Amino acid sequence: MTATPQTLVEIRDAIVAGETKSTEVCSEYLDRIAAVDGSLHAFNNVAREQALERAAAIDRSRTADDPRPLLGVPIAIKDNLCTRGVPTTASSRILKNFVPPYDATVVSRLEAAGAIMLGKTNCDEFGMGSSNENSAFGSVKNPWDLTRSPGGSSGGSAAAVSARLVPGALGSDTGGSIRQPAALCGVVGLKPTYGRVSRYGLLAFASSLDQVGPLTLTVRDAALLLEVIAGPDPCDATTAPQQVPRYTEALDADLRGVRLGVPSALLDSGIDPEVKQAFGAVVEAIQTTGATVSEITLPHAQYAIPVYYLLATAEASSNLARYDGVRYTHRAELDPASTTLRAMYERTRSEGFGAEVKRRIMLGTYVLSAGYYDAYYLKAQQVRTLILRDYEQAFNTVDAVIMPTSPVPAFTLGEKINDPLQMYLLDIFTVSANLAGLPAISVPAGFTQERLPVGVQLVGRAFDEVGLLKIANAYERTNGWWKEAPIV
Amino acid sequence: MSSRLTKSDVERIAGLAHLELSEAEKETFARQLADILTYAEAVQAIDTTNAPPTTHVLSRHEAFRTDEVQESLSREEALANAPDGTPDEGFFKVPKVIE
Repeated sequence: MTATPQTLVEIRDAIVAGETKSTEVCSEYLDRIAAVDGSLHAFNNVAREQALERAAAIDRSRTADDPRPLLGVPIAIKDNLCTRGVPTTASSRILKNFVPPYDATVVSRLEAAGAIMLGKTNCDEFGMGSSNENSAFGSVKNPWDLTRSPGGSSGGSAAAVSARLVPGALGSDTGGSIRQPAALCGVVGLKPTYGRVSRYGLLAFASSLDQVGPLTLTVRDAALLLEVIAGPDPCDATTAPQQVPRYTEALDADLRGVRLGVPSALLDSGIDPEVKQAFGAVVEAIQTTGATVSEITLPHAQYAIPVYYLLATAEASSNLARYDGVRYTHRAELDPASTTLRAMYERTRSEGFGAEVKRRIMLGTYVLSAGYYDAYYLKAQQVRTLILRDYEQAFNTVDAVIMPTSPVPAFTLGEKINDPLQMYLLDIFTVSANLAGLPAISVPAGFTQERLPVGVQLVGRAFDEVGLLKIANAYERTNGWWKEAPIV
Repeated sequence: MSSRLTKSDVERIAGLAHLELSEAEKETFARQLADILTYAEAVQAIDTTNAPPTTHVLSRHEAFRTDEVQESLSREEALANAPDGTPDEGFFKVPKVIE
């Protein structure tokens, strides 16, 4: 007797072998969503009928040697990625009724690989937040403790994978939005190198930082999803021309000769003692795989948060200018006879955007405005250069940087939402990889005494996802953390 | 540089951002934005001599393609999400701009 397939790889293999059908697998997951998601709120929208129709079509067309790498496998998509004919809201009132006329490139690639989209996952509005509390439709709950935050902004994707509502999901990561919720929910989350994955059809937040990536139960599954979604795209000129390696085939290497660096000074303050303890245990475990660990310095990493919030909000203030009541669904109801265009813009945006989005638009507009540009925006861009150089320097002596993903485990909903600055400080370990454009992965690293997941993060050289996945996979095999499921 | 924000500062920024804020929002944002900017002032003390600004991290590569007409959205599809679109005429409609 074999165990029920849980991972993308296991499910795909079972469908190809004819041991199960896509319709059976998808129905099971859809039933579980229907039973459980009322308490989690991981989904904004479940596309049940469409998913079952597609699954039936896959079952009819399946052949014994079908090469499609995600044949019949159910998957969830963060609600800031466009899905043709399926509402895409970015968890914002301003896009409540938006139905995209096209698919994001990552969505069409998943579909071509045989994956079945079950629904769209809840998130912080336009990806802005670290707790999911900025969703206009109500926060996702952490499956390990329903009174706590799943993290954000891809909290719906992380919670859905953690609670086994779906075996894999896509998220987006501008300052940690894949990795931090992955850590807080106990799953794997990968932010690829900037340019590795197409952003076409991703509702833009900060275009020089945004990347799409997978959230999965295992490192192998993350490698598989990345393999499907990565690669150049004529619709996104920032995608890199480099060939996409067969990530899934590069995983099982031993780590002898691999050098890891710990930025010790950065870890000195502000970390929860249990997170610190778990991190210490990871460093010990990972050395049993043959890797060596040494201390490094990232002297400017402590400035990553102010730099990030100055640059990301500036880019956001520009990107979100498009939501003006003309093209995208929501327009304020005003008397057409007496309304000016400007009043229509202002009313539409003010009733459509939530508090955090307005706050960031205001901050970004301020730092770009005359008299403040040099002191804030330009200066932040210069410090971004120094953060990049710190990593370049570090990669002269190590192959990857290892540090906690989040300084704290899942926190209570409502605890930090009224103090935006305190919330921003949670991103201390994740934002620098976005600023430097580097790939980074968070993998489960155990639990606190209260049974809250802890994550560990690896940051690698640009386009060295292979290196990261190898290390993450070797570490994953030293423990069985991913097999532990929350009781929901 | 002072990171105190007055109500009129907030009103000026809101105007630039096309946002209409309530009195309560103005007060809250004045305080919160000042907190965040005070915190962000840390970057101003950093020596950035010889550090050019980074606007993006792309290694340079050509993104050229041949200039050929390709399939694109139909007018109906492009206008389908507009709150006041007129697919028959092909317009996004907005309130009167010129008196």
